Amino acid sequence: MELGEGQRAERRLGLWLCAPAALVMLLVAAWPVVYSVMLSFQRYDLRFPGDKAWIGLDNYATVLTSQFWWNALGVTALITVVSVAVELVLGMGIAMVMYRTLLGRGLVRTVVLIPYGIVTVAAAYGWKYAWTPGTGWLAALLPEGAAPLTQHWPAIGVIILAEVWKTTPFMALLLMAGLALVPEDVLRAAAMDGAGPWQRFRLVTLPLMRPAIVAALLFRTLDAFRIFDNIYVLTNGAQDTSSVSMIAYHNLIGGLNLGIGSTMSVLILLTVAVVAFVFVRGLGASAPGGGRLCGGVGRC
Amino acid sequence: MLWGRSRWFGAVLCAVFAVVSCGGSGGGGAPVVNLYNAPQQNLAGIVERCNREAGGAYRIALNTLPRGADDQREQLVRRLAAGDPGLDVLGLDVTWTAELAEAGWIREWTGENAARAKAGTLRQPLETAVWQGKLYAAPYNTNVQLLWYRADLVPEPPATWDGLMKESARLAREGKPHYGEVTGAQYEGIVVWFNSLVASAGGSILSPDGEKVALGPPAERALEVMRAYARSKAADPSLSNAKEDDARLAVEAGRAAYQVNWPFVYASMAANRPDLVGDFRWAAYPGVSGPGRAPLGGANFAVSRYSPHPAAAFAAALCLRDPESQRIAATKDGLPPTIEAVYRARGMAEAYPMRDAILEAVRTAVPRPKTPTYQNVSTVTAVTLSPPAAIDPPRTLVTLRELIGDALRSKGVLP
Repeated sequence: MELGEGQRAERRLGLWLCAPAALVMLLVAAWPVVYSVMLSFQRYDLRFPGDKAWIGLDNYATVLTSQFWWNALGVTALITVVSVAVELVLGMGIAMVMYRTLLGRGLVRTVVLIPYGIVTVAAAYGWKYAWTPGTGWLAALLPEGAAPLTQHWPAIGVIILAEVWKTTPFMALLLMAGLALVPEDVLRAAAMDGAGPWQRFRLVTLPLMRPAIVAALLFRTLDAFRIFDNIYVLTNGAQDTSSVSMIAYHNLIGGLNLGIGSTMSVLILLTVAVVAFVFVRGLGASAPGGGRLCGGVGRC
Repeated sequence: MLWGRSRWFGAVLCAVFAVVSCGGSGGGGAPVVNLYNAPQQNLAGIVERCNREAGGAYRIALNTLPRGADDQREQLVRRLAAGDPGLDVLGLDVTWTAELAEAGWIREWTGENAARAKAGTLRQPLETAVWQGKLYAAPYNTNVQLLWYRADLVPEPPATWDGLMKESARLAREGKPHYGEVTGAQYEGIVVWFNSLVASAGGSILSPDGEKVALGPPAERALEVMRAYARSKAADPSLSNAKEDDARLAVEAGRAAYQVNWPFVYASMAANRPDLVGDFRWAAYPGVSGPGRAPLGGANFAVSRYSPHPAAAFAAALCLRDPESQRIAATKDGLPPTIEAVYRARGMAEAYPMRDAILEAVRTAVPRPKTPTYQNVSTVTAVTLSPPAAIDPPRTLVTLRELIGDALRSKGVLP
């Protein structure tokens, strides 16, 4: 169908109106990404400005053969999988409560959202002091002499706990929007057919909520994979608790090694892209605005 | 309406720019020298004194860096890497000189300024401000670790680590507090311990020019001592998590009989445990077979490459570390002076009963390895040595050699 003159003019105007935003996006997002990729192909250590050189894939070889990198990747994957799984279960429970609450609905929703509203760094300091022997109320509950943040597994546990506490409300909010997708009459019909509450949840609610669940998992997985502030405050990577973002920071900012640090950043970006691809293709998540994702962006 | 609003916005924008553009010059014509230094309680008093003495030639503005050494370094290098002209005089840890000098971020001290910075200054602290034969900073304060012990438990302080382990075994048999505190946590402190042990055994971590890994048999001997100590009666169960403050607290709490630590523990003991301070003594840092070589610490003042008024910055730095400033820092803030004469200044005998021991230790103290990549060398060393009880001397030595070699070429990955 041919576009009319008016429609074409309108479309042109639309493009012009978008242009400034697109330009800003290019400047603030695309250029740093391209620059990072360029840095990752260079030997570039700020302390040896004279030794700057293009070295191809050497930095990638160095990073990918380093046990520190693989250890950080393992820690990150573990934190991501465990915290997102726990958040999904807890978040679903909280979403049901928030959705079904009749009395004080606004109050319940506000209270649940409080941890999410607290600045992560401030919350992380709260956890840090709570677990520090001598000053912390949580440390006081442990046997004498226990200092969980100074040992590998207890420290990972504390990091996951802080992460779960902080972001479960976000998960619950996304899932609650998904619950709104389940028509009340379908549930009632299922009940008429003799389905118990568990069957109704498993066979009716969950399948209908699927787009919202997958979108929530996608958001949280990508978020959790880039975990930085909690670890920075709680352990700063000691006891082998560095995530990939931590180790990139240590090499880039602490080590002043722009080449190695950028290589790590690019690898993180690639990993995140792969995870997103798997979610979109494998699990059928759709991009926000794609139409199938009702809950997350509120259009159905 | 729309036009009016954008005109208003424009006016605000101009006002903002106007404020920013005159923000830098400061009032009264005297150049403002921005000093960035670690937190030090009475530094403001020293700055005030220098501003009075300057008589309008410059005005020092004190800016306080974060408390942690890594955070201080991060803030400084990030701004220096960006060529920030807002930094003039920088308070540097003794281990940062090579890094900042090699990157071209700090100015060389020459002529009259260099002569004044060197005059009367102890040789060891002065060495920490030199990189490749050139002076890059003026020593401000120095520091050495000593052996601090309770004379009621350890009547004769042993001169070696073996002797300390024997004393601890004896105390354990007698059912008395027998731990000896060292900084065994995975951080700079464990590197400091290892570095002193290697030097005491007659070796070094790096070659003198900082280009190659040295280590060798003295390092293996040092690793043997660390392993044996961490598995002996002297080792506190929390050895692998202990930093300076944990060591201090363990002795103050009566859990440990002795510690190797910086002199701040003495004032702290006097304040927290007046009942114990009478028996709280100091001795030379323990050695491997002969006398030990104490770890050397301290801070120096450097002038930023990007300082818009370097002459004023050099003059300000010299005043901030002159004998009177050092005397104030020593007596009020407990920072040992780098100018020898200040040890005999008024007030020093009361504030520093152990000043002769410090002076003695400074003369043989061992500096940290000198290399622009010290941060990397230190990080990989700490990771490899932690926890000390798990050290396997020949194997740990191979790992150290490999990782430090990579770190020197800024090749490997930092954990």
